[in-house]
Amino acid sequence: MRMRVLIIEDDNEVASFVVKGLKEAGHAVDRAADGKEGLLLASTEDYDALIVDRMLPSLDGLSIVQTLRGAGNHTPILILSALGEVDDRVKGLKAGGDDYLVKPFAFSELVARLEALARRSLAPEATESRLEVGDLVMDRLTREVHRGAVKIDLKPREFRLLEYLMLHRGQVVTRTMLLEQVWDYHFDPQTNVIDVHISRLRSKIDKDFDVALLETVRGAGYRLG
Amino acid sequence: MAQAIALAKLRRVLRTSTFQLTVLYGSLFAVAISILAGFLYWSTVGYLQRQTDATIEAEVLGLAEQYQSSGLRRLARVIRERIEGDPDSGALYLFADRNLLPLAGNLPRWPALASRADGWYSFEHEGEDGRVAARARVFALSEGLVLLVGRKIGDLEAITQRFRNGLLWGGGLALVLALLAGAFMSASVLRRVESMNTTARQIMSGDLSRRIDSRGTGDEFDQLADSLNSMLEEIERLLDGIRHVADNIAHDLRTPLTRLCNALEEAERSTDPVVARERVTAALADADQLLGTFRALLRIARLESGGYEADTATVGLPALVEDAVDLYQALAEEKSIGLHLDLKDPPSVTGDRDLLFQLLVNLIDNAIKYTPEGGRVEVAAFPDGEDAVITVSDSGPGIDPALRERVLERFFRVDESRRQPGNGLGLSLVHAIARHHGATLALSDNEPGLKVLVRLPVTS
Repeated sequence: MRMRVLIIEDDNEVASFVVKGLKEAGHAVDRAADGKEGLLLASTEDYDALIVDRMLPSLDGLSIVQTLRGAGNHTPILILSALGEVDDRVKGLKAGGDDYLVKPFAFSELVARLEALARRSLAPEATESRLEVGDLVMDRLTREVHRGAVKIDLKPREFRLLEYLMLHRGQVVTRTMLLEQVWDYHFDPQTNVIDVHISRLRSKIDKDFDVALLETVRGAGYRLG
Repeated sequence: MAQAIALAKLRRVLRTSTFQLTVLYGSLFAVAISILAGFLYWSTVGYLQRQTDATIEAEVLGLAEQYQSSGLRRLARVIRERIEGDPDSGALYLFADRNLLPLAGNLPRWPALASRADGWYSFEHEGEDGRVAARARVFALSEGLVLLVGRKIGDLEAITQRFRNGLLWGGGLALVLALLAGAFMSASVLRRVESMNTTARQIMSGDLSRRIDSRGTGDEFDQLADSLNSMLEEIERLLDGIRHVADNIAHDLRTPLTRLCNALEEAERSTDPVVARERVTAALADADQLLGTFRALLRIARLESGGYEADTATVGLPALVEDAVDLYQALAEEKSIGLHLDLKDPPSVTGDRDLLFQLLVNLIDNAIKYTPEGGRVEVAAFPDGEDAVITVSDSGPGIDPALRERVLERFFRVDESRRQPGNGLGLSLVHAIARHHGATLALSDNEPGLKVLVRLPVTS
């Protein structure tokens, strides 16, 4: 899915890193180096997602977010923050941001989250009661999962994990995203606990079937479908 | 030279608050004494003076009666009788004519008197005992005759003089003593303070092991010395801690950094793009690990210094503990470790949900990591008095009692665990989060294994 992205970042290194990466991934990217220019572009142009750094000359990131939201602009915004600042996800999300990433970040993390954000706004599927990926079908109302004709038994947590993966089908989902969305906590795990849960899920939905739907994307995360 | 030093020292003594207090108290004392002295003077010497005057007045009245009833002759005779009757009484009489020539009395001639309005005179009387002061009243009688009635007040004068001298000398001496005492006290206080200053300067120039001398009298200076010494102990301990951590950091960060550099160098040298790609991926993994370590270090530092803007909300412990156990259930099963949860209705606490989850996760992660296959990890949460208690117990090798304190330090790894993955900061972070929430940690022997007990106050 090709996205149109605007990044408002005054740090040239970070900006060029992101711009280059996004272009290589096939997306269209605009860059603004200061707050005022960024706000102007964001207000006048149509983007699928915005990346806004908190510390900007002339107008800071949170103010930009608040202004856009106040003006009725619902473009998904991912806020960037430097490692040295106080961990203020809550502030950022309260200001109207949709996601929050601390520098330095892995590019794969940024892309995965951006795509998730853009997808969320383009196709609001939170209300879809039936999800389908290939021959894997999930009924969110009855909490039943079938692959082909086979009924798959899932524990509550496994169900939520699969649900999230299906809502983001075709997209890369990072471990951090899973921890935040499926387990609803923001923390640093010491070991890759997520991997174990994924492999269990995989053994339930993929093992006895021809086509593997759940794949591991090295250095990034997982993708269903 | 010595003079200059002495002068400087004197100036310092004079500037001390002790000396200034002494001067203040001395002045107040002097004022009080003056008031007392004034009162004494009025009541003793003043009294005597008033008595003398009263006696003279009485004499005068008596003589006036005589004169009015019996005339001049009688008056003269009464005067003569009085003089002869009591020659040592000190009374002075002189009855003189209009030319001030003596007619009767015990004065040889009319004394030199300065004129006064109130009728009272003071003069010098020449008698057998030399010149003495005298006080008298003078009347004009009929036909120009004058009468002088007085008393010698030599004794009174002597008393007054003595009194005054006594007061002046005594007061002066007292004041001098007070000032000297003040100066000595101040000098002694100054010496104590100077000794503290010297020690402080030595400490500041680098010798942190020095302590301020305590004289053992338990006075306020000793108390100050004790407080300062305790503070110095704590500072020394903290600095040692920092030095220790810095050493550990240097060592533990160098390893992944070296691996990273090696991997990148290999990638650079390699002619095979696949190998190069793989080395770069490995380098990225090391870089990620380093970043994770730095992030954790930063969190710990911020939590400890109070700079962390943590959430304060009510956190339901049952849900938290269940989620943590649920997260690690799969991993435990992989290692054939039984992970059990024992929830006994723990109260909710005030704090940061994510931080507390991190604390639990680190403890459970450690427990699973260090428990061999087929082992057992138990997580329990229950109320205890005013607190909520969470315990994580494993059946692993446990930790030597001697090392249980050190294990909470940053980067500290018990030797056997050095090969395990992780950055050695897990328990440090747990410790920092616990402290942030006002909670206490206790490590004990699970027989076998390690039991970690976290005691959280319900309102932190």
